[in-house]
Amino acid sequence: MYAFELVRPATVAEAVAALAEDGAQALGGGQTLIPTLKARLAMPEKLVSLGGIAELRGVTVEGDEVRIGGGTPHATVAHEVAKAYPALASLAERIGDPHVRNRGTIGGSLANNDPSACYPAAALASGATIVTNKREIAADDYFQGMFATALDEGEIITEVIFPIPQAAHYEKIRQPASRFPLVAVFVAKFADGVRVAVTGAAENGVFRWTEAEEALSADFSPSAVEGLSADSDGMIGDMHGTPEYRAHLIGVMTRRAVAAAG
Amino acid sequence: MPQVSMTVNGRKVSGEVEGRTLLVEFLREGLRLTGTHVGCDTAQCGACVVHVNGNSIKSCNIFALEADGAEVTTIEGIAGKDGSLSVVQAAFQTHHGLQCGYCTPGMVMTATSLLKENPAPSEAEIREYLEGNICRCTGYHNIVKAIQAAAAELGSNRVAAE
Ligand SMILES: Cc1cc2nc3c(=O)[nH]c(=O)nc-3n(C[C@H](O)[C@H](O)[C@H](O)COP(=O)(O)OP(=O)(O)OC[C@H]3O[C@@H](n4cnc5c(N)ncnc54)[C@H](O)[C@@H]3O)c2cc1C
Ligand code: FES
Ligand code: FES
Repeated sequence: MYAFELVRPATVAEAVAALAEDGAQALGGGQTLIPTLKARLAMPEKLVSLGGIAELRGVTVEGDEVRIGGGTPHATVAHEVAKAYPALASLAERIGDPHVRNRGTIGGSLANNDPSACYPAAALASGATIVTNKREIAADDYFQGMFATALDEGEIITEVIFPIPQAAHYEKIRQPASRFPLVAVFVAKFADGVRVAVTGAAENGVFRWTEAEEALSADFSPSAVEGLSADSDGMIGDMHGTPEYRAHLIGVMTRRAVAAAG
Repeated sequence: MPQVSMTVNGRKVSGEVEGRTLLVEFLREGLRLTGTHVGCDTAQCGACVVHVNGNSIKSCNIFALEADGAEVTTIEGIAGKDGSLSVVQAAFQTHHGLQCGYCTPGMVMTATSLLKENPAPSEAEIREYLEGNICRCTGYHNIVKAIQAAAAELGSNRVAAE
């Protein structure tokens, strides 16, 4: 690792001020950033740890919404939303391993927008709102391609607001070495329609499978998407799977998710 | 250089670290607590697991300064003060839950957290919880057996105490 200064502000306002400096970067749970620093793929001059900011942590359930602080670890989400939004709890419960879940945060996962990360699928399928220190961003506008988001330099995710669907499920095929999804699909059924988000599959990261959404909005059953297949154009091809294999899995995962959501 | 202070195995400690000093480096090189191992240094293997404020974490993937003011428990803090093994440690010995022993500190710390969160785990729950701990020797069966035996013993101790 290259050398840097590490600061631990106590409030969002102090963190935002520290991040305004040249070469400063936010540190969430560090579960992605620290390995990146070790590989010398990033060289910040200053890391602004969000771990000491109490106002960034916590989960509240209000009516048909769940609000999760940007610095909340996956393990806390798994525990706190189990009743209000079981599909989201189950997603958090299956990220990595217990040690990663005790450190990694929802804000870090969404800011990083790894094309194989779990939370982006939940945020996009739920139509979540990403709240930052300066604005609110709809999930549909937030994800902008592999590792790219609508966040500006130094902008911090302070909260994520999830509308609670009538039924939902996250179906994940785990790549056993990394424990990330090889392909995963989040299906969420709302009064005004069904949203289907796919992660792990596309070069451009998480996306909505609109043909499946249309079919499922008309008939929420696995057979409604039986004949549909995703296009393998733009899918990831690597040693774990070809683009065609991933495209095939999207259909399988979607049918399973609908069956499990019931 | 910045100062860091924390409580490690019940003892207040402090030292000078850099921003980039990992918690595992502070424990091993600063405090000479070399029971915590580094297997991969890339957050994959779990050999470096310690407890910070009661939560199991990979100490190769957190900076020492982030544990400032925290209560840290390492494998050296698991046995009794007289050196007597904890129930989990004794079960690893009895059930041959180790061969080379490299992964063992992390396995014991992880098993200890599991049994605190879930005192009577199923075999599947044990295996699931060990997802982030890699062992290249045992094939895991004896580790799982050791944890099952420790759970049973801790369970009967609890019944006896009631
Ligand atoms: C062994 C292992 C297995 C894993 N398995 C999975 C898996 O199955 N599924 C999955 O989805 N992920 C997985 N992860 C990744 C994990 O979920 C990370 O926690 C997550 O990707 C990043 O969150 P973090 O809080 O650790 O962020 P960090 O690593 O600290 O930061 C990541 C990026 O986000 C920025 N950032 C952090 N917090 C904020 C914020 N609040 N606002 C704005 N920017 C911020 C940082 O500047 C950095 O660029 C795994 C990681 C490991 C090590
Ligand atoms: S050394 Fe920390 S996880 Fe392998
Ligand atoms: S006993 Fe050798 S790695 Fe587990």
